[in-house]
Amino acid sequence: MSGAGFAAPHVDYAATAPIIALTVGLVVILMSGVFETTKRWAPGLAVMTLAATAGLLLWHWNDQIDLIAGALRVDNLAISISLIAIVSAFSTILLSIRERAAEEAGQGEYYALLIGSVLGMVLLSEAENLVTFFVAIETLSIPLYILCATNLRREGSLESGLKYLIVGSLGSATLLYGMAFIYGGTGSTDFAGIAHGIQANGMLHDPLILIGIALAAVGLAFKTSIAPFHQWTPDVYQGAPTPITNFMAVATKAAAFAVFVRFFVVALGPETGDWQLGLAILAAISIVVGNVGAIGQDSLKRLLGYSGVAQAGYMLGGIVVASEKGLSSLVFYLAAYLFMNLAAFAVIVARERETPYGDDIRGVRGLMAERPSLAWPLTISMLALAGLPATAGFIGKLYLIEALVEGSYTWLAVFIAVGTMISLAYYLRVVAAMWMGGEETAAGTSAAPGATPVISGASPEADPVDPEAGRRWYLLAPAVIAAGITVFLGVIPQPLVDFATHAGSSLF
Amino acid sequence: MINALLWVPLAFGFVGLFLPKRVVGWWATAGAAATLVIGVIMAFGFDNGAAGLQDTVHTSWISGLGVDYSLGLDGLNLFLVLLTALLWLGGIAFAAFREKERPQLFFFLMLAAETGTLGSFLSQDLLLFVLFFDLMLVPFYFLFGAWGIDRTAEGGPTAPRATLKMMIYTLIGSLLMLVGAIATAIISAHGGHLTFSIEAIQQQGLPVGSQRWIFWFFAAAFLVKMPAFLVHGWMPDTYRAAPLSTLVVFSGVLAKVGAYGFLKIVLPLFPQATSQFQTVLLLLALGSILYGSVMAFTQTNLRLIAGYSSVAQLGFITIGIFTLRADGSDGAILQMVNHGLVVGAIFIIIAILVERSGTEDLRAMGGMAMRAPVFAALFLIVTMATLAMPGSANFIGEFYILNGLFQAKIVFAFIAISAVALAAYYALRLYIGTMHNRKPDGVLSREISLRDGIVLAPLVLCILALALYPQLILHRADPSVQQSVAAVTESSESNLAVNE
Repeated sequence: MSGAGFAAPHVDYAATAPIIALTVGLVVILMSGVFETTKRWAPGLAVMTLAATAGLLLWHWNDQIDLIAGALRVDNLAISISLIAIVSAFSTILLSIRERAAEEAGQGEYYALLIGSVLGMVLLSEAENLVTFFVAIETLSIPLYILCATNLRREGSLESGLKYLIVGSLGSATLLYGMAFIYGGTGSTDFAGIAHGIQANGMLHDPLILIGIALAAVGLAFKTSIAPFHQWTPDVYQGAPTPITNFMAVATKAAAFAVFVRFFVVALGPETGDWQLGLAILAAISIVVGNVGAIGQDSLKRLLGYSGVAQAGYMLGGIVVASEKGLSSLVFYLAAYLFMNLAAFAVIVARERETPYGDDIRGVRGLMAERPSLAWPLTISMLALAGLPATAGFIGKLYLIEALVEGSYTWLAVFIAVGTMISLAYYLRVVAAMWMGGEETAAGTSAAPGATPVISGASPEADPVDPEAGRRWYLLAPAVIAAGITVFLGVIPQPLVDFATHAGSSLF
Repeated sequence: MINALLWVPLAFGFVGLFLPKRVVGWWATAGAAATLVIGVIMAFGFDNGAAGLQDTVHTSWISGLGVDYSLGLDGLNLFLVLLTALLWLGGIAFAAFREKERPQLFFFLMLAAETGTLGSFLSQDLLLFVLFFDLMLVPFYFLFGAWGIDRTAEGGPTAPRATLKMMIYTLIGSLLMLVGAIATAIISAHGGHLTFSIEAIQQQGLPVGSQRWIFWFFAAAFLVKMPAFLVHGWMPDTYRAAPLSTLVVFSGVLAKVGAYGFLKIVLPLFPQATSQFQTVLLLLALGSILYGSVMAFTQTNLRLIAGYSSVAQLGFITIGIFTLRADGSDGAILQMVNHGLVVGAIFIIIAILVERSGTEDLRAMGGMAMRAPVFAALFLIVTMATLAMPGSANFIGEFYILNGLFQAKIVFAFIAISAVALAAYYALRLYIGTMHNRKPDGVLSREISLRDGIVLAPLVLCILALALYPQLILHRADPSVQQSVAAVTESSESNLAVNE
């Protein structure tokens, strides 16, 4: 020890335990992939890792601990978002059973990457410093770039991975550039330090900071697929293996929104008046672009991609108002969104495996007569995403609109209402296909990227691999349980409201 | 009790999902009958003279958001609840006699729709009302889309397309209403305790500026649902696509939820805006009457004749409410029940006519009365009630409405009175065109079957009973109506006082 004045920061191992658990799990899963005999344990090990992490996180519920010299912070917001990511990852593991992508990429690697991405999400939701913020967002993204491309023999999957890599890097670079401006203006990488620096250095409304805020917002908008930075979303969602799409749609969004709100409310709190309107306009654009883009999509994954853009617009509303209720409504919506999406994706995976149509809307035509146990979850999911009553989607919209009106952003609430109305046109089209046989769709109209054949997502290997997929427990159970929870939370929302209120109180 | 009334239909429907095909129709009929019995028992226990809520249930539902599960009966909704229970029984019983694909789902959706509709009548919490208002539409989406009739042969849309149009039209209104409801609660709370209770919001009051825009958010929802002139675009396609047994309840009850919403919510909560926009609403309603009547006597499809006549009748009801006088609104309530009974019966009659003749075209029908005197008599009673023949309850309803309108806006009254003559024309045209004239080939003139008679006769009996004793409704509705209307008159008087 030369004693250069460096005092190693105190590490609270109890509070970092979830991160340690994930890291250990990641290494063990990767090692298990090396040996032929242990290879098939990978999914089980991943589930155990997630369960241990969830348990360790719940242990700290209601704590507020700053870790490692303020680089990370464990609070209810971080815990609740991490739990959403973990549940999403757990469902992804179920949907990945007998998935071609997981087998091709090698069991160990596939699940290790998934856990790695979850690690990034947990870090990101706890990040309280520009450096950890950036490291976490890369830890989250890089495994996902690879996971998108794991369906090695499908052109769409490779294209999806590459596209995500390029656009994602652009987003990261923009974000980093914005961080540089903010650091330059305030001289601090710490969120609280930035807020202090803005006022102490007289940088309030200074162009330097404002440019930084704008660039950071754009970078985060890439990650949360907010229009007009959403162009990658439909293509990547469509090309990626469906279980991974399920994971990206919810978990990535949740983690990115967590850091979005923490960064803007804690670090840029003094500038609230400057960024509110900008974000509100982004939300409005996102709602319109997402909903209009989804109309006429024949590929269900593409449709859900565009719908995700619109839903991100709704959720951004929770950040715009910068209030406790806004944050609570955001967490509520993310949790509800997890179940609504899961029900849909589980059904899509099942239909991909049992029909030759891939994720095309033709795959679900007449589903109500053929497989009611799949048709009900998808119906409930679509109605919930459209925000109809007696589903969690309705309560989520109610929560968001209440927060917006209280925060004097009634016009954005009206945008949500109008967007929801447009969204009926495509959500109900899926429902109509299941219940009423649907209209004939012209062949080849699906706007697939590149040289995708007539049937979206199809290639020789897209032929049915498992004609009984719709009866497998690992697909049926997630679909039915997620749909059940969606309805349950629409009728008895109080437990989730309490959960969200706790998460919301951690920043205000 | 009130909980049972609300949830019994849904519970029966849910159990019905697991029953075999043959019995599910009877099971559903039993469920609807049970609901009606509960409703009648509650009506007997109703305290006639009181204006306030009775049989209330009140528990917190989502405490963080200020939403309560709060139900109650008053003079405004009592008879609409009974009408709902009666028409649903009629519609379900009528459908139970006929073969259906996937009957379990059909009856589940019908009964779920009944719970939704009863919920919107019974809700005393603004947000609960909005929730049920949206919810009652969802089953109809599936009913119309999956069991509906494609009209591609006539150049019309397929059933799913027609239904989608209906959903988008009606949800535009109700989603804006959701925003409006939340804004109402937040603004009236003045930063204090957030509540959606209609009573509490009425006491706290809203600033006039907010009332003006929120009024239109609510009006949009209610006018589309009716449907009123200019926002009726979804109606023709939907009415042509829908199965007739569902139209009995859809046309008979759902349209009234819109009118009820004006009385229950708009008048008490937005009194200043209401008196400000009175003329606009009266003009729209007048448009509905004239347009609906003219369309009703140019259409040849039986469903559309009934559909457009509903537009005209709902125009009358709207006028009654927006006289902003107690007699006009009393008449409106009476007329809501009358029209529900009449139009429910008409759609059952149309369903029978269509079965006998194999067509829905008025021009291809006729002579059906020849061997069916009982059917003809029942139809004639319904027709006479539709055209508000003196002696019928509809006459009394229209008289109250017009009386109120003469006191409020005499110019409008002169135009509205012409509509009474127009109603006579389209109602008689429907009757003569189907029952009289020469009988074309292929049209069967046969007496009404006993089973259909059992469905139709009670409705006709109710029409007759109300004709003899309309006070049954008027007495019970009046105290509550006085309250709703007083909210507006008081506020406009206080406005005048401020201006002076």
